[in-house]
Amino acid sequence: MEAAMDLMRRMPPSLSQQALDSLLALLPAHSSELLSRSDQPLQVAYDEEFDKHYLLCDYNRDGDSYRSPWSSKYKPELEDGVQPSPELRKLEQEANEVFAIYRDQYYEGGISSVYVWEPEDGKGFAACVLIKKDGSDGGDGRRGLLQEGAWDAIHVVEVKEDQERQMGHYCLTSTVMLALTTANRASGPFSLSGSITRQMESDISLEPGHLCNMGRLIEEMESKLRNGLDQVYFGKTKEVVFTLREPLGVMSASSHVGQTLQRMIVNDLAHSR
Amino acid sequence: MEDRISEEDEYEELADDQKVAIGKWFLLNAPPGQVSQVAKDVREVLMDERLYDQAAKEAFPEYNVKNMISLEMPDGSGQVLLTEFGQLDRSRYLDPRTASVAVVDHVKQVCTEVRPADDEDLPSAYVEGFRFSVDAALMKYVDDAFQGGECSVYCTKGKDVEKSGGEFELTVVICNSSYSPKNFRGGCWQSVWRVLINEELRTATLQGTISVNAHYFEEGNVQLESSRKFNDTVTLQDGKDAGTTIVHVIEHLESVYLSSLEVMVKSLFEVDAVWL
Repeated sequence: MEAAMDLMRRMPPSLSQQALDSLLALLPAHSSELLSRSDQPLQVAYDEEFDKHYLLCDYNRDGDSYRSPWSSKYKPELEDGVQPSPELRKLEQEANEVFAIYRDQYYEGGISSVYVWEPEDGKGFAACVLIKKDGSDGGDGRRGLLQEGAWDAIHVVEVKEDQERQMGHYCLTSTVMLALTTANRASGPFSLSGSITRQMESDISLEPGHLCNMGRLIEEMESKLRNGLDQVYFGKTKEVVFTLREPLGVMSASSHVGQTLQRMIVNDLAHSR
Repeated sequence: MEDRISEEDEYEELADDQKVAIGKWFLLNAPPGQVSQVAKDVREVLMDERLYDQAAKEAFPEYNVKNMISLEMPDGSGQVLLTEFGQLDRSRYLDPRTASVAVVDHVKQVCTEVRPADDEDLPSAYVEGFRFSVDAALMKYVDDAFQGGECSVYCTKGKDVEKSGGEFELTVVICNSSYSPKNFRGGCWQSVWRVLINEELRTATLQGTISVNAHYFEEGNVQLESSRKFNDTVTLQDGKDAGTTIVHVIEHLESVYLSSLEVMVKSLFEVDAVWL
């Protein structure tokens, strides 16, 4: 099993779905653990009753069925599928509404889902907030630069309450998966994909309520992640390329075509923005 | 998070050849420098030595050539690059620089023997003059620009051409791969340049493909993948070394590509900022 997880970590991010499928086929007895320990781009399902989409993850899964956060029903149908307690279900419903607004504000579209459950030790509760945004051709058509631009955010927060001191302890682990591919045919295929993970812990007064606290934490986290992405996706990968091939300073071309080509590439990129 | 085990839930066992195919797929896609760790993992998940050996036997020859692995030649004459251009058969590879043939064990990734090449595998003295000149200039460029990189120049067309006998083609290959787990990074740069030389017209026509893969994995896992094709023609002037002229063009185009990568990533992020 550890060998399988090591393989998942080593395989290039663009192949991680295929890698997971292969391991699930090879080690069916470990499928539960494999699924819970790997991050994959979120899949989408449709709730006919509420005419809304929802996201699939290990936390709303029971066997091969997934529970909708809107109707709380499983698809494919399950007679006695796992359900959160009435109290947690109420929190879950509110959370879905609140985060739908958050998502609309920040992402102008996309899909979100929140699932709440009681952790194994029975203390406090846990929730995951999922957001998926597809910024490719459809959404960004007028720019035409992105062929594929997919953002998947998974925020898992564990909450413990200290009723005496009226404080909540929130532990947030967030993963953002981002895949960007250019459509600029002249420059050849180019893609940047992968994920980054960050953690945050905080003690906050229970007064504003859990939703408010969680909302603020996640907002702060997403901004951190956004900066992290900039640093990592842009900064670090550039560094890696430079260790492979050093930039040698500007050289004048010995051929006329070389200089023309350089002008063409720069114009290309400027016009496609 | 729940699992159901019912009588109908019988785990479908994969057929042997399906397992070998999966093992082979993981090996083929191992990132630069990590194939031995991936091999260790594949061995464990296949849980069958026999199946692993089969997967390794099938995967390694392909992996080594695709990743342009370089192996130490036992006679101390340097490294031999394993590429499709130098491949004589499944286990023998030509090293044009030393005019020798290296025999390799793909799975062990080791060169077991070196022999001088047969005349029929080598170009004419006339073509070799050009090949040697390009190789010399190339080695200097690779030394300057690619830390730890390897390179080679093959004659891939018209190797028997004599002076005023027509065109011939040299293929220039550069490969630099690196893996540094303590710096959480790895990657590979590969360039393949087809150079068609026409001495009568005094031209060298270049067709190149550069592919880059960069991987960073601290607190996450991010990969950049890109490739680009280039075309150019240069005049070979009297009194000017052909190798220097040709490599100068390669160096320039590769520098252009490098800066275009930077611009590309930056512009993607500007778009990204809009919808996020």
